[in-house]
Amino acid sequence: MLDALHAVLVAPFRDMAGSPAFLVEVLIGGLFAGLMYSLVALGFVLIFKASGVFNFAQGVMVLFAALTLVGLLERGAPVLLALGLTTAVMVALAFAIERLVLRPLVNQEHIILFMATIGLNFFLEGFGEMLWGANVKKLDIGIPDRSFIVRGVQINELELTAAVTAAVLVAVLALFFQRTRIGRALRAVADDHEAALSLGIPLKTIWVVVWSVAGVVAIVAGLMWGAKSGVQFSLSLIALKALPVLILGGFESVAGAIVGGLIIGIGEKLGEVYWGPLVGGAIENWFAYVLALAFLLVRPQGLFGERIIERV
Amino acid sequence: MIYREAGQFKSSYAGDQAIFPVVQDRVFVAAAVAAAVVVPPLLASEYWLQAVLIPFLVYALAALGLNLLTGYAGQLSLGTGGFMAVGAYSAFKLATAFPRLNIIVVFLLAGVAAAAVGILFGLPSLRIKGFYLAVATLAAQFFLIWLFNKVAWFTNYASSGTITAPDRTLFGALITGPNSTPSARYLTALGLVAVFALAAKNLVRGRIGRSWMAIRDRDIAAEIIGVRPLRTKLLAFAISSYYCGVAGAGLVFLYLGSAETLAFDIGISFLVLFMVIIGGLGSILGSFLGAAFIVLVPIVLSNAPHAIGLRMPVALQKQFELMVFGGLIILFLIVEPRGLARLWQIAKEKLRLWPFPH
Repeated sequence: MLDALHAVLVAPFRDMAGSPAFLVEVLIGGLFAGLMYSLVALGFVLIFKASGVFNFAQGVMVLFAALTLVGLLERGAPVLLALGLTTAVMVALAFAIERLVLRPLVNQEHIILFMATIGLNFFLEGFGEMLWGANVKKLDIGIPDRSFIVRGVQINELELTAAVTAAVLVAVLALFFQRTRIGRALRAVADDHEAALSLGIPLKTIWVVVWSVAGVVAIVAGLMWGAKSGVQFSLSLIALKALPVLILGGFESVAGAIVGGLIIGIGEKLGEVYWGPLVGGAIENWFAYVLALAFLLVRPQGLFGERIIERV
Repeated sequence: MIYREAGQFKSSYAGDQAIFPVVQDRVFVAAAVAAAVVVPPLLASEYWLQAVLIPFLVYALAALGLNLLTGYAGQLSLGTGGFMAVGAYSAFKLATAFPRLNIIVVFLLAGVAAAAVGILFGLPSLRIKGFYLAVATLAAQFFLIWLFNKVAWFTNYASSGTITAPDRTLFGALITGPNSTPSARYLTALGLVAVFALAAKNLVRGRIGRSWMAIRDRDIAAEIIGVRPLRTKLLAFAISSYYCGVAGAGLVFLYLGSAETLAFDIGISFLVLFMVIIGGLGSILGSFLGAAFIVLVPIVLSNAPHAIGLRMPVALQKQFELMVFGGLIILFLIVEPRGLARLWQIAKEKLRLWPFPH
């Protein structure tokens, strides 16, 4: 009994203190992984904020964007052109989703819209593979996957690029939301649908815009994940990785998606490295969920979520 | 003309509280149950029993369970696959540890194990609601599957990691295991599902069902009028998981024969949720209609191109099936968000007036 307690409560921390360089490496690895989760979670948050739809298809949108990009690159398109075309495809997809899925389902319950996005998930999965094939593809965007060493700590160049890209993306999104006319409209819609409508903000346009923005976020996420681990079907499963990030950070908060991603990333890596061996490893599938769950018991609306006020 | 309740008077309290107050309904249901018992074992081919009817019954049981939780008590859950796995693995452990134990008793006890796990993972529902709860139940899904994969004790240290249904008899007939006939397994599943559906129907129209619906519709108001949220929500999780657990045991013992944890992954949770939503939230009949729809559509889709003389490569057909399946789900949600049960209800209303317009 005492041995078990020691193994859980003392030994991991002794290991951490024993080799600080390794700890820093684990922490940095966790941070990068967390940023990648944040990129996916960001797409969820944008759509949830503006339309109240819990878009389960975000993971497949990432896959779809990556598949389109790789497909175009393979056919010899230059990188910039391929990026532009992929963006166009994602915007077209946003139009189609708004027209064919969201508009007929307006005013339905949340769970119905959620199920519709799962249907969309199936559809896009089949469609993407039909267009571009189901093989694992290598996405080469010219950033070498090699590491350099700073003060005894290994840093991966690709992960560093991903981190910088994510930071830039978040900054651009923040500017877009705070400084532009459309951004203001988006915030108004997120705040109160009906009030925004009565002010003359076109709800349908806003939905197209927000799904397009989520599509662009999906491209960036697909680019980074694809460069790291190849473009393949399993890419769509990262949506499941982003869910604990969402409940930790709160469904409505962009900042929550980022901070939640970092916490989950670090927590997951620390758990896997220091506590994982105790229970036989491979705990990363559920560790994030349990972490988020424990957190929710203290704060049911997540870290930055809107406080839930209930009245009869 | 045929379907009309004119002249049928309720002259006793028992008559007023009947599940099917209309004579035609009673006759129809009795005929349907009789047909389900007699016709398939006589007429249906092995393929139909094994690939359509048995999975339909097993999934209908799981859908019933989830419908009690999500449709009646309003707690969205994505952990169905995990709870079914608990049922399957505890049934396997019980059946192999106590070979002389009646197999039906094994199923019922496996449900108890699943119910206990359901209560444990239902605890967060007291603090968390809606999509937060749905994501939280995913913790159950992933954790349980991981547990059954990691701990070899659950599979009796089988090197392949699979659990296989042993041969067990009921009333002298072999009903589980590799040597049992599909007919025997079908009839067992039918008996289980019939009893459980009747229990569910009576549950939801009694005090417990009413307290679930009160919690679903407005939990704070329900609490004020004296419904205890703790007890009610946990009871919903327990009973729902009980159903899912028995369904999970049925999935391995009556349908697949042997299975590994892959059979209970997140995909099955979504599939059962689809059945509940497409069939109709908060409807016992809907669980059956939804299960039939979800079981039949992939079979129709995979045979349709062949039937109309279209030939395509296997990979292309697989992708095509996915697309059509996804599209159909969206279409159904748009056409009738309240599910197939609602369509059935509309059809009955129409039938009452037919052939007159008003």
